[in-house]
Amino acid sequence: MSEAQIAIPVLKERLQRPPLTPGQLSWHRFLRHRMALVGAGLLVALVLYVLAGAAFFSEADANHVDLSSTLRGPSAEHPFGTDLAGRDILARTIYGGQISILIGVLAVVLSVVIGVLVGAAAGYFGGAVDNLLMRFTEAMFNIPQMFLLIILAKFFGVEAPSFTLFGRTFSGSVVVIVSVIGLTSWMYLARIVRSSFLSLKEQEFVTAARATGATDSSIIFGHILPSAIAPIIVSATLEVANAILYEAYISFLGMGVQPPTATWGNMLNEAYSKLEVAPWMWFFPGTLILLIVLAINFVGDGLRDAFDPRSLGGRSK
Amino acid sequence: MTQAASLLEVRDLVVEFRTLEGVVHAVNGVSFRIRAGETLGIVGESGCGKSVSALSVLRLIPQPPGKIVSGRVDFDGRDLLQLPKAEMQAVRGRAIGMVFQDPMTCLNPVLTVGRQISETMTVHLGLGREEARRQTLSLLEMVGIPTPELRCDDYPHHFSGGMRQRAMIAMALSCDPKLLIADEPTTALDVTIQSQILELVKRQRDRRNMAVIWISHDLSVIAELADRVVVMYAGFIVEEADVFKLYREPRHPYTQALLDSIPHMDTAGPEELRVIPGSPPDAMSLPPGCPFAPRCTFAFDRCQRENPPLSSAGRDHTAACWVVAAKRKPP
Repeated sequence: MSEAQIAIPVLKERLQRPPLTPGQLSWHRFLRHRMALVGAGLLVALVLYVLAGAAFFSEADANHVDLSSTLRGPSAEHPFGTDLAGRDILARTIYGGQISILIGVLAVVLSVVIGVLVGAAAGYFGGAVDNLLMRFTEAMFNIPQMFLLIILAKFFGVEAPSFTLFGRTFSGSVVVIVSVIGLTSWMYLARIVRSSFLSLKEQEFVTAARATGATDSSIIFGHILPSAIAPIIVSATLEVANAILYEAYISFLGMGVQPPTATWGNMLNEAYSKLEVAPWMWFFPGTLILLIVLAINFVGDGLRDAFDPRSLGGRSK
Repeated sequence: MTQAASLLEVRDLVVEFRTLEGVVHAVNGVSFRIRAGETLGIVGESGCGKSVSALSVLRLIPQPPGKIVSGRVDFDGRDLLQLPKAEMQAVRGRAIGMVFQDPMTCLNPVLTVGRQISETMTVHLGLGREEARRQTLSLLEMVGIPTPELRCDDYPHHFSGGMRQRAMIAMALSCDPKLLIADEPTTALDVTIQSQILELVKRQRDRRNMAVIWISHDLSVIAELADRVVVMYAGFIVEEADVFKLYREPRHPYTQALLDSIPHMDTAGPEELRVIPGSPPDAMSLPPGCPFAPRCTFAFDRCQRENPPLSSAGRDHTAACWVVAAKRKPP
């Protein structure tokens, strides 16, 4: 009788307040990181801007050419002004933003997949596999990325056919740019993953997992990768900002996504010829690029600190 | 001598580690056998090759730098050292379970305890998610984790050392193995927990008629559990006997010294701890003769030149010592 009376409150307390998981601890640290919260807020606002904006403007609006009102400054009718073809810049920043963010995210997904596979194989198997993969990674590092981007974009970009997905028509150059950025930016991640794997595979829990009969792939993906996930998330986040910038670079050089599909990058390209005459043409897409890159970097920094258990209660309380 | 079929028979196992400084001769021709349901204790001090021998049975030593140079490991009629990788993986965790020394580092910190236990069963027994979870709960209950349905989704850092070792044992037993290899599973635990774990393994062994290889440097732990004992020194087996015989009449000078160095509470008056003078030989440059000769009080010139083979020292009792061999010679 008395035993049951003692046992129940203990049980209740456990049910009410289970111990925090590592993920929850990281989440709490992230919430205490002020810059990260600012960045996250800004990022959410920008994503909302490009998504919710679609409720007010159709893609046809964004691509609607009106030669009677070219190069108008901001007004009530066109809050962000119009471009060389009289298209509404507000609508174009909304649809361009969708493409820019989409390219950034997809390119990073691709580079994470390649980077994780290469890094995990190199780190886990070691020896000749490691040698081969890492020499290849270094070779890729040694070619300047911008150079590679431009060559590949020029080689594949212009001819790519358009395609329709979810009722929207995308310029084929979107796929090319995603692939090109993804294929040229996985090397850093591969190195991070490799070094995590090199140290993690020596841990006793890996030997213990092998002793239970786990296969190589289940050890790599089921046992080691979850421990290496934090640095991957951090660098992938930061890489999204880079990918958006790369898209802007090549689109600015005219080798990226081809008009009429707008991106923040190719809007800058069009603005280049009217730099002084029509500053609104570069101001709005330029500011949006700046804001999203800043926001992603803040979030990435916050994640880095959140995943680092040593930063518990560190700066930015 | 009963000749029941061996479950596991290790023959002339030689394991080396090829490091930059030289070749470390970790295991130098070790042979032992274990029958179904039998418990074999392997004793020896740190670095004598007992863990490497056990890990080699499951081919778990890191290669490189480790290398199983020669030998056979016959388990259930197959030489494990010759098995293709996939078949070896099917043996690990299924027919042979293993428990490691340090429960603090052997569980994956980012996976829940329940998931780590159930994974073994989904891999080997093909259980579905729910069935595996049900089995996991009953396993946790069996090894004495209170309120398993609450603890199942906890992470290892929510568990104490003793509970983690219980979870490790649950994992090792999950597929009902024929052989459990326990590599110093109680060394990292305090004494009360140690005896609980010992009891747990004993109970499970008897219930399942499971063979156990129990590795320890602690002779008292071995005495509680083992049927037969193998004493290792510098990568060699120096003595093998029934557990009672070994404790009552150890023949090899090393075993004698080892038993003498156990402190006793009942001796009257202050007594100095007896130790074995000197230290084990460097496994990179083993002496040509008996590896224990430099520390042995009985050593004579032959001991410095030739390494004695294991020879009979009584019924079911072997020792690798020239002194013992000389005594046993017929007049």
